[in-house]
Amino acid sequence: MGRKFLILVTLAAVFLTANLCVGTVKIPLGQIAAGLAGRPVDPAAQRILWDIRLPRALAALLLGGALALAGYLLQSFFHNPIAGPFVLGISSGAKLVVAVFLVCLLGRGIRVSSGALILAAFLGAMLSMGLVLLLSRRMHNMSMLVVCGVLIGYICSACTELLVTFADDADIVNLHNWSNGSFSGITWGNVALMAAVVSVVSFLAFLLAKPLSAYQLGEAYARNLGVNLKLLKVQMVVLSSLLSACVVAYAGPVSFVGLAAPYLVKSLFGTQRPLVMIPACFLGGSVFCLFCDLLARNLFAPTELSISTVTAVFGAPVAVWMMLLRGKEKAL
Amino acid sequence: MTDLFFQTQRLCVGYDGKPLIEGIQIGLEQGEILTLIGPNGAGKSTVLKSIAGQLAPLGGTVYLDKRPADRMTKAQLARQIAIVLTSRLRGEMMTCGEVVATGRYPYTGYFGLLSEADRQIVEEAMEMVHMREWKERPFSRISDGQRQRVMLARAICQQPRLLILDEPTSYLDVRHQLEFLSLLQKMCRKMGLTVIMSLHELELAAKVSDRVCCLKGRYVDRYGRPEEVFTGGYVSSLFGVSLGSYDEINGGMELEPALGQPQVFVIAGAGTGRSVYRRLQRKGIPFATGILFSNDLDYPVAKALAADCIASEGLEPMGEALFEAARQRVDACGRVICCRERFGALEEANGRLLSYAKSRGKEIEEPWRK
Repeated sequence: MGRKFLILVTLAAVFLTANLCVGTVKIPLGQIAAGLAGRPVDPAAQRILWDIRLPRALAALLLGGALALAGYLLQSFFHNPIAGPFVLGISSGAKLVVAVFLVCLLGRGIRVSSGALILAAFLGAMLSMGLVLLLSRRMHNMSMLVVCGVLIGYICSACTELLVTFADDADIVNLHNWSNGSFSGITWGNVALMAAVVSVVSFLAFLLAKPLSAYQLGEAYARNLGVNLKLLKVQMVVLSSLLSACVVAYAGPVSFVGLAAPYLVKSLFGTQRPLVMIPACFLGGSVFCLFCDLLARNLFAPTELSISTVTAVFGAPVAVWMMLLRGKEKAL
Repeated sequence: MTDLFFQTQRLCVGYDGKPLIEGIQIGLEQGEILTLIGPNGAGKSTVLKSIAGQLAPLGGTVYLDKRPADRMTKAQLARQIAIVLTSRLRGEMMTCGEVVATGRYPYTGYFGLLSEADRQIVEEAMEMVHMREWKERPFSRISDGQRQRVMLARAICQQPRLLILDEPTSYLDVRHQLEFLSLLQKMCRKMGLTVIMSLHELELAAKVSDRVCCLKGRYVDRYGRPEEVFTGGYVSSLFGVSLGSYDEINGGMELEPALGQPQVFVIAGAGTGRSVYRRLQRKGIPFATGILFSNDLDYPVAKALAADCIASEGLEPMGEALFEAARQRVDACGRVICCRERFGALEEANGRLLSYAKSRGKEIEEPWRK
């Protein structure tokens, strides 16, 4: 167990460092160490390191973890490993509300703080989640629910596109980049706020480890063991929506991380125990996003890929693999 | 009524405010086993769920140790009642030991970590159901019989005083059904566990239960000791059996008899005729049989399947009147099957019947010769 955590931490450290070193301008390791320690280095390198790469890498680390954790919570909630913020349309709902919010306010020349963006995204996430929950009452077939989630996602994306098409030029550039998903343009102020939100929410999720472990057995057994199901469900929905919202507010919708990372981590650890899975999923998501952002920035440099393009390339096959395995197990 | 451990008073259960069963009055002493029986859809699971606190009762009260259950907290109830359900527990990536350990939930601390004492209890529970060596095995890779035992161990770990099981023997073969119920009986005797369960197997229910509760329509149809409940064709009426029959004393079921003018006469007795009766029933041939003592093993089957059955009361020689009746039936049949090799002193009439059939040139079949 400890060794497996060490693997994840090492991987995170390696990719974090790689994200700082590699780019259109290469910064050697020595410079990075010196720069981080506050010793004098080449001023250009210093600026790239401190103003661009470090906040961006930290954002990938934090938001990747948040996405994976949101995915894990949703998968536990629906008792289904295919659930996730992107698949169920929660990210897209959050995106739509943020886009509406931005177009309305920016059009009137009002500057928007990132905290307000998180709130707008949270509102959107809760709206989509509400819709999904409403549908899930009617539909007991999980694959149908996922299809509905994907449809909700498409509708929200279409609405966002519509908004972007008719918005003023200046806003479009901003919105277009963001609505495809990207970790670029993150400031230290952003990092501070997202770190605060993500760490508090993740900690709260960790506190749910015990009731969550009972919930995994099925609702009847959880109730019999004394779990307050209503409260737990509300907590799961709110926490996963907050995490998804935080990601959408800063990076736009990022696909498949919430789905692939928990699955890979679960396979690595060979357990479902929330006490292990909550921190492990967070780390796994961080590693996944750091790795994908490294590729997004460098694969076709200087052209940058959207982060969702890369996460989809790596995440979608994992999802397919997972469903194939599940089908096999059911056939056994 | 004062020493009852479990009691319900005018309990009314159902879904969405619509009552399914009303006026349930049950009383159990500690260590007793109550079995709910009734046709499919009679509401056995609904009653169990309501007692277990899974479903809010629509009226009335459940008392545990004279305390109303609805006044207990979730945590208190979790230490009183454990459940074993038919719906599978989701045990993804869990070992059998981990599944059993989930029973400790009401006793562990904030993060649910097991103490040394908890681990000891898990070990003991697994030992009790003979699953200790399967502790590290994945829960998803064991057989249904083993899974049910693990679920029982899990429930035991919860150290409940009342155990509720919904059709615990459904997926088990005969051997495992017997093992499981013996285990349950042992727990009740040893640990004073009180059990409420539903069973489909009526013959098992009659044997293992201290009390039986029969659900039919909107009410409890009968409630009492099995010997009081399983009498006088009650089971057939409870389940609305119109085709075939159920023998309450032996717990045997027979299919619908082939009725009509008997074509075959079966001379049987001492349990030799049952297989012949069933063979004839399968072919749809109406038959008459006799002369049987009413305490013969063949008698309940003959009564269920024969178009005509000539029976003699008690352990006395078969009288002349019975012989005469049987002789007439033989006359009417074209074929006689004699299942007996020899006849005892009291049933000498059957021997004469066989000779008579031979003398009349009836086609005689003697299955024991093969």
